[in-house]
Amino acid sequence: MSAAEAQTAASAAAADRSARRERRGAPPGEPRRVGYVYVAPALVIYAVFLLFPLVRAVQISFYKWDGLTLGGWVGLRNYADILADPALRAAFGHAAVLVVFFALIPTAVGLVLASVVARARVRGLTFFRTVIFLPQVVAMVVVAVTWRQIYAPDGPINDVLRFVGLGDLARGWLGDFDLALPAVGMVGTWVSIGLCFVLFLAGTGKIPRELYEAARIDGAGPIREFVSVTLPAVRNEIVVALTLTVIAALRTFDLVYVTTGGGPGNATTVPSYEVYRRAFELGAVGSAAAIGVTLTAIILLLNLVIARIGEQP
Amino acid sequence: MISARERTLNYVVLVVFAVYALYPLVMIVDLAVSPDLSGDAAGGLANFEGAWEQGRFGTYLRSSVVVSAITVSIATFLSILSGYAFGTMRFPGRALLFWTMLVGIMVPTEAIVVPLYFDLRALDLTNTYVALILPQVAQSVAFGTFWMRAYFLSSSRDVVEAARIDGAGHWQTLWRVLAPMGRPAIVTLTLLIFMWTWNEFLIPLVMVTSENLRTAPLGLAFFQGQYTSGVALLAAGAVIVALPVVIVYLVLQRHFIQGIVEGSTKG
Repeated sequence: MSAAEAQTAASAAAADRSARRERRGAPPGEPRRVGYVYVAPALVIYAVFLLFPLVRAVQISFYKWDGLTLGGWVGLRNYADILADPALRAAFGHAAVLVVFFALIPTAVGLVLASVVARARVRGLTFFRTVIFLPQVVAMVVVAVTWRQIYAPDGPINDVLRFVGLGDLARGWLGDFDLALPAVGMVGTWVSIGLCFVLFLAGTGKIPRELYEAARIDGAGPIREFVSVTLPAVRNEIVVALTLTVIAALRTFDLVYVTTGGGPGNATTVPSYEVYRRAFELGAVGSAAAIGVTLTAIILLLNLVIARIGEQP
Repeated sequence: MISARERTLNYVVLVVFAVYALYPLVMIVDLAVSPDLSGDAAGGLANFEGAWEQGRFGTYLRSSVVVSAITVSIATFLSILSGYAFGTMRFPGRALLFWTMLVGIMVPTEAIVVPLYFDLRALDLTNTYVALILPQVAQSVAFGTFWMRAYFLSSSRDVVEAARIDGAGHWQTLWRVLAPMGRPAIVTLTLLIFMWTWNEFLIPLVMVTSENLRTAPLGLAFFQGQYTSGVALLAAGAVIVALPVVIVYLVLQRHFIQGIVEGSTKG
């Protein structure tokens, strides 16, 4: 078989294959090696600056390394430390608390409020949506600087407390061992709640009005209506909101770095902050890498779990 | 029918919500234009001048503009190319490569920043624009590929066929036909990458020690640590750092909200 013949035969076979694919309703496009050329630049940068560091992080996590001298192999000890070291356990515990503030409260409140607003056509909704969503686009460092002023000993919260005669309760909120973590969490609530609300509003906006009227005619009260009309309709949006906000909670770094620096004591330290502190301040690079890898694993797992929950009928 | 009481309740909910979202931001703007006890801040717009000089925000903004402009340009361009291939062409390993890139959307910066720092330091690349830009391009093309692929998958086969019959190659088909039609998707992607890059904190914090390379959020965090005599200049600095993204958001809010909402829905 000559080269030309082989080529013809090959292209005929390819044409046949693509025709068969078309019949099966396969994705568009035809066999094209040139695809590699289009993908290559993005893929190379991605591989070098994201995928390779991720693999390196796994590798480093098996070592005890100070970042300067030669490291020593310690196997899984850095991972065992996450379970054994009380400070690290606390960091992951704090992240779980932040999930409540960043994800669960905003989702619940956003859901209720969106369902309240759902039934009427509201004038100026675009304006309200723009304003309510605004905290999402402000740099987290700016948000942190702002809330530090709100929580400051002479900030507005304490002013209000003194004004209503509860001056005894006034304090530096971010310096309080028990209240610093909830205070940081409340900032997360402020950032997330607009996102949740706008998401759910988009979901409830798709519900036909007749459905509400039918529910009314059947004698459904507001709660019944919420459970049987609103909730099923925004199922997808709930999944999205939870995914985005849970990940935001687990990745909290800027906020803690700027507001509390993990303090007072270790009261507000979180895994992301421990990654930074251990790698760049304490010279425990292996431990930092192990925390980062664990965090990645948790986020991937959560994504799978939340997606799975969303798929169930 | 909607009763008057319900309608009122709707507005009460929306107004309370809007005030809650706006109060901290209005407060920081108010602090930024007020005088304070430090003696550095006379109040009014002069505070911004003060912050600009004392906080060196001019330098930080320049660095942020360079990093954002280059990151957005490279990442958007490469995302269009790879999204085009994944969305319209068939080649062996296509699914595997796409899923490999999709993982990148979920990998937190915290996981990669540690090895990145030490490997780039070994290559003498820390404290350079390369260290600030390329890791962020990598993160952005992961999302961008996914985002643009969704557009190209939804683009019309007939249009592509028509272009081909007219004698357009794959390159012309992309830039003369599909890219112009996909302008909304591309604009949204550009805005999202701009916002992420402008607001990024951890990568500049780790990669850069030189003051000339400090980006705006990093400069603000340092300014807060060093400047303790008053809050007016700090607040002015915070406003300066937030303003570029907020302005773009207010002009193109539809793109932002749609992008953030849809970007995750499609996953």
